[in-house]
Amino acid sequence: MGEFEVHRVRFFGLVPAGIRCLACQPHGARLALARTDGAVEIYNFAANYFQEKVIPGNQARSVEALCWVAGDRLFGAGLGGEITEYDLFRLCAAHSVDGGGGPIWSMAANNSGTQLAIGCEDGSVKLFQVVPGGIQFGQNLNRQKGRILCLSWHPSDTHIAAGSIDVVRVFDVSSGQTVQRIMMNYRVHKVKRECIVWSIAFLSSGTVVTSDSFGRVQFWDWERGTLQESHTVSTSAVLSLSVSEKEDSIIVGTSTGATYQFQLLPVKTGSLEKRWVRTKPFQHHTHDVRAVAHSSTALISGGLDAQLVIRPLVEKMQKKGYDAALRKFTFPHRCLVSCARKARLLLFQFSQHLELWRLGSTDKTGESQGPALVQALWQSPRCLQDFEHELSCAWAGPEHICCSCVSPCGSWVAYSTASRFHLYEVQYDGDSVSVKKVPKVPKLLLPAYQLQFSADSGSLFIASAQGSVHVLQLLEPGGCKHLHTFRPLSGCPEAVYLLAVSADGHWLAAVGGDWAIHIYNLKCFKHHCTVPTYNCAVTALAIHPVTNNLVIAYSDQQLFEFSIPEKQYTAWSRMVQNSGLHKVWLERDSPITHITFNPKNPSHILLHDIYMFCILDKSLPLPDDSALLMNQTTLKQLPETARQWQLHAFKICKKFQPLLFADLLDENCLVMVERPIMDFKTQLPLPIQQKKFGT
Amino acid sequence: MVAPAALRVVRCGGSSFHGARAVFSADSKQVGPGPGPGPGYLLCASGDFVKMYSVATEETLRLMGGHADLVTGIQLNPHNHVQLYSSSLDGTIKLWDFMDGIPIKTFTVGSKLLALYALASFEDSVFVVIPKRGERATFQLVSVKLTKAAGQDLEAKELSVVLDGVDASPKSIAFGREGEYVASVKEIDLQVYFFKQKQLNRFSVSAAKTKSGNNQFTCIACHPTEDCIATGHADGKIRIWRNFYHKKEYIYSTLHWHHDTVMDLAFSVEGDSLLSGGVESVLVLWHNQSECEKDFLPRLGSPIEYISMASDGTLCCTLHTDNRITIINSNLRFARSIQGLIKSADIKTGLVVDPRTKALVLNGEPGHLQFYCLQSDQQLFSLDIVQRQYIHQAGLNQADLVKVAFSARGKWLATVEEREEVTDPELQLKLWFYDEEAQSFKLNTRINMPHEDQITDLCFRDMDELEDDSVILVTTGRDRVFKVWVIVEDTDPEAQQSVSWSCDFIGSYHNYQATNCCFSEDGSLLAVSFEETVTVWDSVTWDLKCTFCHPPGKIRNICFGRLTCSKYLIGVSDDGFLCCWNLLSCALEWSAHLNILVLQPDPLSEYIAAVSWLSKESSLFVFKPNEPRPIYIQRNLCREKIQLAAFIPRDEPETVGSEKYLWLRRSQLFFLTDTQELMTLSTKSLQERLTPASKQLAVEESLPVTPFSLLLGKHRRQQSQDDIDLGKLFVRNKCEQDSPAVKELLHTPAHVLPSASFLCPIFINSLLISKENKSAEEVADEVEMESEKPEDDSDEERDVTEMEQENTSPLELFGEMTCKLPKSQEKELRKIRKVDYSWISAF
Repeated sequence: MGEFEVHRVRFFGLVPAGIRCLACQPHGARLALARTDGAVEIYNFAANYFQEKVIPGNQARSVEALCWVAGDRLFGAGLGGEITEYDLFRLCAAHSVDGGGGPIWSMAANNSGTQLAIGCEDGSVKLFQVVPGGIQFGQNLNRQKGRILCLSWHPSDTHIAAGSIDVVRVFDVSSGQTVQRIMMNYRVHKVKRECIVWSIAFLSSGTVVTSDSFGRVQFWDWERGTLQESHTVSTSAVLSLSVSEKEDSIIVGTSTGATYQFQLLPVKTGSLEKRWVRTKPFQHHTHDVRAVAHSSTALISGGLDAQLVIRPLVEKMQKKGYDAALRKFTFPHRCLVSCARKARLLLFQFSQHLELWRLGSTDKTGESQGPALVQALWQSPRCLQDFEHELSCAWAGPEHICCSCVSPCGSWVAYSTASRFHLYEVQYDGDSVSVKKVPKVPKLLLPAYQLQFSADSGSLFIASAQGSVHVLQLLEPGGCKHLHTFRPLSGCPEAVYLLAVSADGHWLAAVGGDWAIHIYNLKCFKHHCTVPTYNCAVTALAIHPVTNNLVIAYSDQQLFEFSIPEKQYTAWSRMVQNSGLHKVWLERDSPITHITFNPKNPSHILLHDIYMFCILDKSLPLPDDSALLMNQTTLKQLPETARQWQLHAFKICKKFQPLLFADLLDENCLVMVERPIMDFKTQLPLPIQQKKFGT
Repeated sequence: MVAPAALRVVRCGGSSFHGARAVFSADSKQVGPGPGPGPGYLLCASGDFVKMYSVATEETLRLMGGHADLVTGIQLNPHNHVQLYSSSLDGTIKLWDFMDGIPIKTFTVGSKLLALYALASFEDSVFVVIPKRGERATFQLVSVKLTKAAGQDLEAKELSVVLDGVDASPKSIAFGREGEYVASVKEIDLQVYFFKQKQLNRFSVSAAKTKSGNNQFTCIACHPTEDCIATGHADGKIRIWRNFYHKKEYIYSTLHWHHDTVMDLAFSVEGDSLLSGGVESVLVLWHNQSECEKDFLPRLGSPIEYISMASDGTLCCTLHTDNRITIINSNLRFARSIQGLIKSADIKTGLVVDPRTKALVLNGEPGHLQFYCLQSDQQLFSLDIVQRQYIHQAGLNQADLVKVAFSARGKWLATVEEREEVTDPELQLKLWFYDEEAQSFKLNTRINMPHEDQITDLCFRDMDELEDDSVILVTTGRDRVFKVWVIVEDTDPEAQQSVSWSCDFIGSYHNYQATNCCFSEDGSLLAVSFEETVTVWDSVTWDLKCTFCHPPGKIRNICFGRLTCSKYLIGVSDDGFLCCWNLLSCALEWSAHLNILVLQPDPLSEYIAAVSWLSKESSLFVFKPNEPRPIYIQRNLCREKIQLAAFIPRDEPETVGSEKYLWLRRSQLFFLTDTQELMTLSTKSLQERLTPASKQLAVEESLPVTPFSLLLGKHRRQQSQDDIDLGKLFVRNKCEQDSPAVKELLHTPAHVLPSASFLCPIFINSLLISKENKSAEEVADEVEMESEKPEDDSDEERDVTEMEQENTSPLELFGEMTCKLPKSQEKELRKIRKVDYSWISAF
C-alpha cells in the first residue's frame, strides 16, 4: 500500500467550548446548539446529525437560551441582555433587541410561535411579539424579586411557569398576574440553603416539572400548588430538563454528568393511572450537563465537557443498526487546520487567534513492512511566535474567526471574522518571520465562510453569502485584486461552505447550504455545470490533481466521483453505487472531513474522519458485506499469495485518534494532527468530586 | 414406659434453613400474645421439618415432621390462614394445620418438588417447580391441581406446565400482582408469562461479562400492586423492570449498592419500598425505587439468604446463611433474632461442653464462640473472642477461633485464634476468667505467638477439688514442643488483676511435632502425642515417664480412661488403629483395626464413644477400655460424615431399659455432621417423638372467652380449690390441672376428632368429682400419662423425671405400694389404673 513518513502533530491546543443550551426544532429535523463562547451550531438530523451550520461566536454575546419560533426562526438571548435573531442563511446575527431587564437567563416561545417570553435578572418576565422581520415588546408580567432562571409556557399559551430561587411562579398571560406561587421546600438539609430551580417544564395536564439544585425532579399540580411526585436523582444539582412532544418522557441532566430519563408509565396493564418512573440513567459526560433536548427519536445532551451526545431511543427504532447507534461529537465537523504543503507549515484556527507552525524535519525513517504507515520522529516544531503575536495584535473586537487559510507556498495567510476580512503576507528570513498586512483589501460582501488558495498561490477564493464565490488575484508584493464573483445561475439564498480547487487552476467546486455543488471554470469565469443533487449534506470534497475528478463525501458516508470535464459520474462511481459500500463503512457516525490525493498514485484517495484515516484504492475491488473492512491485521498474518485474494479497496488506519486533520505533504510524507481527548480534558475545569466505591 | 426400642438417631437442631423463605402466619390479632397486633408465628422450613416459632418469645413452638426429605417450600394456604402447604423433595405436598401441628392432607405429586407457590387467585391449585422428565438439570414450573376428594393421602397427578426452563432456586420465580403474571429468571434471561393473555415475553441482559462482574440474575420479586418486577444480579445490581408487557418498549432502571451478589429481594406490602440483602450482611431498604433514597440496617452478622415480609407489613424477617433468623420491624429496626445452632463456615474448635451451663460450645459467628443450649435449641450467648471487625467479603483472610478449652468447673476458658498467612501466621492464646458478678467471661491474659507455629491441641488439668493455683494449661504446637502454662501472682501493683498466666515448662520429644495432649483423670499424668509416639509425663516434675508407640500411623487422638479404667490410655492413629495401652504394665492391652474419626470419652462414666468412617457410612462403637469387646455398635449411624461428637451430662440419670444402653444413662451423646446438623441418640420410638408433645401452647392463654371455656374455667378453679382443701397431699403439675381427656379434646381440631357420642362419656367422666382417697392415684395417673408422652426437649424430660420422683412420695405415704417393686410389675399396675373407674364412686 505504501509507506509514509508521518508528522504526528499533537500541539494543536484546541479546546472546544462547553455546550450551554440545546433547542430542537419543533416537528423539524434540526438541532440548535449554543456554546459557552457564544457560537451557535445547527445539526441536521436528516443528514446523520451533520454539523450543518456554524454561526461564530462573539465575546460580547453570550447565549443562555435558544428557541425556535414559527418553525425555522431561531432566537437567542443571553447575559448581554439582548434578544438576537439569527440569520441561518448568512450565518450571522440578523438583528438584536434589548430586553430591558438586565441579563436574560431564560427565554421560551409559545406554542403558536407568536410570542417570546424572557426571564431577566431583575425578576421580570417580559413578553415580546414575534413579527415578520423582528420582535416587538409586548407586555411585562407581574415583577417580583429574584432572577428568573427558567421559563415554560403552558401548551395552551395561557399560562407561564417561571422558576426562580426557592420559588416557582405561575403567571396568567392575559392579565399578567401571578396566579400561583409554589415555595420549594428548601429545608431539606439542616442548613438552610437556597434552592435554585434550574429548569422547568409546563405540561398540558397542568403539571409543572421542576429540577433543582438539590438534585430533585419534582412534579407539581400548579392549580393547587401541591407536590405530586418527587424523585431525587442526584446528590448534586439537576441542571436541565426536557420533555418529549408527546409528554410521556422527560430527560434531565445533572451536574455530575449523568442524564436520566423519566417515563410516564401505566401502573398496571390497561389501567389509566400513570406514574412518572425514572428509567434509564446514562453517564456519558464527565462534567455538568447544561443542556438536554428530547427529540422524537433520541435523547440529546450537551455538557461543559463540549460533548454532544445523541442517544437514539432504541425502542422507537424499527431495527437495530446505524440509526440506533450512540453518537458523541466533541470536535467540529470541519477542518480548522490548513496546510502549506510546499513550505511545510500548519495554520491552526482557534476561536480568537491563529497559530502558524513549521513542521520539524525528520532525521530517521522507521523500518516496517507491509502496507503500514510509518511514523517518523519529528524535530522540534516551533510555533512562529512573532506571527502569532502579529495576528494577536491584528485581532480587534470580540468576534470569533470563522475561517482561515494559508497558501501552499506559505507566504499568504487569510482569515475572516463576521465583519472583517484580513489578508497577510508572511515573509520568512531563517527563523524570524515578518508579517505584513495587505492593504486595500477589496470591500466584499462579508462574512466569508471558507477561504481557499489556488495551488500556485496566485489567487484566493472566498466563499460568500447567497452562494457566491469571490476570486481575488494575489499580486507580489503585498497586493490583491478582485477578479470575479461567481454566482449560481439559479440563485441560492444560502452561503457557500466548502470549496475545492483543481491543481491545474482550471476548476473550482463550491457547495452551498442547499447542498448543490456548482462547478465553475476559472479560465473563462463561467459556470461549468452542477453535480446532480444528492439528498444529503456534503461533508468534504476535493478535485483530483491528475484526472480532474471531483470526489465528494456525503454525510451518509456515501462517496461519489464526478468527472468535471465529462460532466458526469465516473464509471468507478457508478460501480460503487451499484455494488454499494461496505455495511461497516456506512455505519460510521462521524463525517469525513477532508479528502486529498496522492499525485504519485492516481488511483488512491486519501480521506479521514475523526476516528480513522483511510486510503481508498480504486484499482482494487470493493469489499462485500461478508468481508472484513478493517483487514490490515489479518492480511499481515497471511502469506503473500493469499494476501492478494483478500485485498480490497479500503485501507483503514485507526492509529491516530482523534484525528483533526491529515494531509499529504509530498509523495511519501503525511501530516497527522491529533488532539488526544485527555489533553483537552485536563484543560477543562474540574468536575464535581464524586466518591466512587473501591477507590 | 414401653419396652425399649432400638436406639434411633434423632436430629435435634442445627439443620439448615436453606430450603425456602420463611412465612409469617397471617395477621392474627386474636391469637398473637405478643406486644401489639401482628403475626404471631413464624414458620420455617428446616431440613425435613417445618419449624414454628413464636414471634413474640422466639421460642420454637412446634416441629412438624412427616416429610421424608428436605422441605423445599412452605406457603400459607391463601384461603385458610391457619393452614400451611409444604413441599418436599420426596414429591409430596402436605397441608398442615399449623396451629395444632397436624397434617391434614398429603398430595403425592410424584417427582421431586423444588419450590412451592400458592396464590389466592388460583382456587384449587398450587405451583411447584419440578425437574423436566428425561432432561437433566432443566426444570419447569407446573401448576398442580389439588383434588378436593376426601381422605388424607391423595394423588395429585393433574399437572400443567406453565413455564419451561426455569431455575431450581425458589428465589428465581415470582408471581405478579393478583396472580396476573409469573416471572422467572435464569442466568441472563427473564421471562414473564401473562396468564390471561397467555402471552410469554422474554428479555435478556447482555451476556458479556462486564468489568464489574457478571450480570446474571440471582433473584426476583414482583410488585404487589403494580406491574413492576425487581431482579437481583450477581454483580450487586438491582434492576427494576416496567412496561414488560411490551416486547420492545420495556424499560428497566438500575439500583446499585451491593458490592456482591444480591441474594434476595422483597417488596413491602404496599410496594413503595424494596428490601434487598446479600453477602454484606446489610439489609437495604430502597424507597420509591430511587437510587438516592435508601436506608440500611447493617451488622446483621452474616450473609442474608432469604427475606420475607409479613402479610400485614409490620414485620419482615431475614434468614441468614448461618441459620440465624432476624425479625425486623417495619421501620427497619432490629426486633429480635431466633438463633439455634449457628452454622459456621468451619468448626475448628470441636464440640466443647461448658461445665457451668452444660451448653454446647463451638464456633459461631466469625470470631465468636457460641454457647448453644441443647434443651431449648437456642443460643445462650455469643462471646466475641477475636474482637475485630469481620469484613464480609470473599477471599479475605481473617482471624478466626481455632481452639477452645474449659477448665473443669468452667472458671477458666482458653481460646486460640489464628490468621492463616503463608509467611507468618498470626496466633493468639487468650485466657478468660469467669466473672461471677458480670456473669460472663473476662479476658485475663493475652499471649501473642504462644507457639512458633499453629497450636494443635490444648487442655486444662481437670482437678475439681484442688485450688486455683493448681490449674494448668498445656498447649501443643506444630513447632515441635508442648508448653505448660500456669497462673502466677501479678507483682505489678498497677495491674488490674491479681493473677496472670505464664509459661512454666516447655517439653519436646525427638523433635517431632506435638499433635495432641490429654491429662489423666486425677491430673497426675499428661499424655502428649508426638506424631507416631505417645509420651506420658509426670505433671509435677515434668519427667518423661514412658512412651507408647504403635507404628506406623500418626496419632490422631488420645484419651485416658476414667474411673475404674483409669489405668488405660486410648489412642487412635490415622492408619486405622484403635489402641489401648495399660499404663501400669506399659504394654498394649488390645487394639482394633478401625478408621476412627472421633474419639470421645464420657466424663461421667468409663465409656468411650468412637465414630468410624468406612465406605461412606459412619458407625458408632461404645466400649470400655478394660474390655476389648464393644458394648454397643451401631452401623450406619447416618449418611453424612460425622465430624464431631460430645457427651453432655444429663442432669438426672435416665432410666434405661436395657443393659445395652447403660452408657446413655448419665450422659447423652451428640454428633455434629459435616453439614452441621446436630444429632443425638434416643431410645424412644419414632411415633412417640413425632407426635406433637409440647402442648404448652401459647394458644391456650389467648383463646377467646366462650361460655364453654367459662364453664370449664369454673370447673378448673373449683377443682383446684378442692385440691387445696385436700391439704396439698400431692404435687401437681404447675398449670395443667385438668384431665388429659379434656385437654385432648380441646387441643385436637374438630375435624379429626372422633364422633361426639364416643367422646361424650370420656368428657363427662373427666368432669366428675372423684373421691378424695382416689384422687392421688388419679393424679399419679395423669402425671404418668404425661410422662408417657416423651418430650422433644430434654428440658421437659427433666420436669417429668422430677415429677416422677416426687410422685413416689405420696404413693409411699398412702402405703399402697412400695417403690421397690420391679419395673415390669409397676407397669402392669399402672396399666390397670389407667382405666378410670372413678365415675363409679359417684354412684
